[in-house]
Amino acid sequence: MHPLLRDLLATGPVLTDGAWGTQLQARGLAVGEFPDLWNLEHPEKVLEVARAYVAAGSQVILTNTFGANRLRLAAHGLESKAVELNRRGAALSKEAAGQKARVFASIGPTGQLLMSGEVSAQQVSDAFLEQAQALAQGGADALVVETMAEVEEACLAVKAARQTGLPVVACMVFDSGKDHDRTMMGTTPEAAATALVEAGADVVGANCGQGIAGFIPICRRMHAVTNVPLWAKANAGLPEMVNGVPVYRTSPADFASLIPDLVQAGASFIGGCCGTSPDFIAAAKARLDALRQQN
Amino acid sequence: MPDLKLLYEAVVNGDAKASLAITQQALAEGVDPLILVNEHMVPAMDEVGRRFEANEFFVPELLIAARAMKASLEVIRPLLIARGDKPAGRVAIGTVKGDLHDIGKNLVASLLEGGGFEVIDLGVNVTPEKFIETVNLKQANIIAMSALLTTTMPAMKSTIEALKSAGVRDRVKVLIGGAPITQKYADEIGADGYSENAVGAVALAKKAVAT
Repeated sequence: MHPLLRDLLATGPVLTDGAWGTQLQARGLAVGEFPDLWNLEHPEKVLEVARAYVAAGSQVILTNTFGANRLRLAAHGLESKAVELNRRGAALSKEAAGQKARVFASIGPTGQLLMSGEVSAQQVSDAFLEQAQALAQGGADALVVETMAEVEEACLAVKAARQTGLPVVACMVFDSGKDHDRTMMGTTPEAAATALVEAGADVVGANCGQGIAGFIPICRRMHAVTNVPLWAKANAGLPEMVNGVPVYRTSPADFASLIPDLVQAGASFIGGCCGTSPDFIAAAKARLDALRQQN
Repeated sequence: MPDLKLLYEAVVNGDAKASLAITQQALAEGVDPLILVNEHMVPAMDEVGRRFEANEFFVPELLIAARAMKASLEVIRPLLIARGDKPAGRVAIGTVKGDLHDIGKNLVASLLEGGGFEVIDLGVNVTPEKFIETVNLKQANIIAMSALLTTTMPAMKSTIEALKSAGVRDRVKVLIGGAPITQKYADEIGADGYSENAVGAVALAKKAVAT
């Protein structure tokens, strides 16, 4: 295991962070505005979000670089800023983390399906390599390939990320099938974990797509086929629209109450995705601290 | 005369090459193109939909089945148009203003084509004005809107309001879908229908043009 991961895991399960997009919106990010651009335009707000997670107890924080790959940036006419957005995003999280947390920099999907033929494997690999290298230059401690729907794309991202020499986490969205245990493309947790480890991921797992309860069987199933540490970042349930505003019904306490089960199922890196906030992380921290004391 | 059961199987299995070859052979031998569509290809897409609902098929299988259907339709459609047969309906589809996600929208578009609809794909970040223009200039009778983000779904409501202001709301059925969308939201904003997946969207569109 990579020494960085070994050190983090030495004291038990590791607490990661929660959602960024909603936190930025609370600080004025407009609807339809591209969040990653705030690394350049409103760095102080991005720092605030990162600091809020460190203050809540995150041992690992991510970065505001989820959409900053060349293919997705092109849709916003921002592809010339790919390197700058990623470097700055990593540096901002590093600044907020100080000595208290590690920065696992976010690499999200390109938004295009490889199997549709709209984009080639080479274009996808190049885009991820450019992003991974810029994140490494910005000071990231590790890279997180997240919210992936297509295993092929995730594996290309893992291989690109590995070229930096940093540890690589890879996680997919399981939101399809009647039990929400398949990716959009029909891949099972077992098949995804196996493919991602084979591609070179140091940590594998799941994020987004559903509430925390669904992550328990997914982690259990991944744990049965691989020995690498598992990553789990669940949503605060699924949003309900109330007067045009999304409301997530899961409370921080509800979320935290399932953490012991998630740990039991094999998860080692635990945090939240859409709808979660520093309050969720603080509640999760209390639960994890209690668990550590028992052991 | 080719065995037309093989056409059904080619579509279900997503074998575009076979689907096209059987179609061409059947047409050359004088089989009515509508029989190919209605008695073999549409039932095949229904079976694909059934398997999707049953979790036997996922998005990749849907995509290749729709591709196989499309390969055959590309040779059949000109024949139907030449003799005056109308498509099931004309759909203007797009991801709403402010939203750049198009995987779901593209999937619905190809399944609608497979279901016999003429599809005008307006792309992503589609303004209400663009939808209205397509109703006016291209006589679309269905508008299909997609949104992936909770932050962009209000654009569906404003598009419906714009259709009303432009006086064309009664000429179209409005169908909506996307990860955060619910039936409740569709009712709230006065859409004519909602489907939680691409297969359901085809059934919904068929129902919309039948009423």
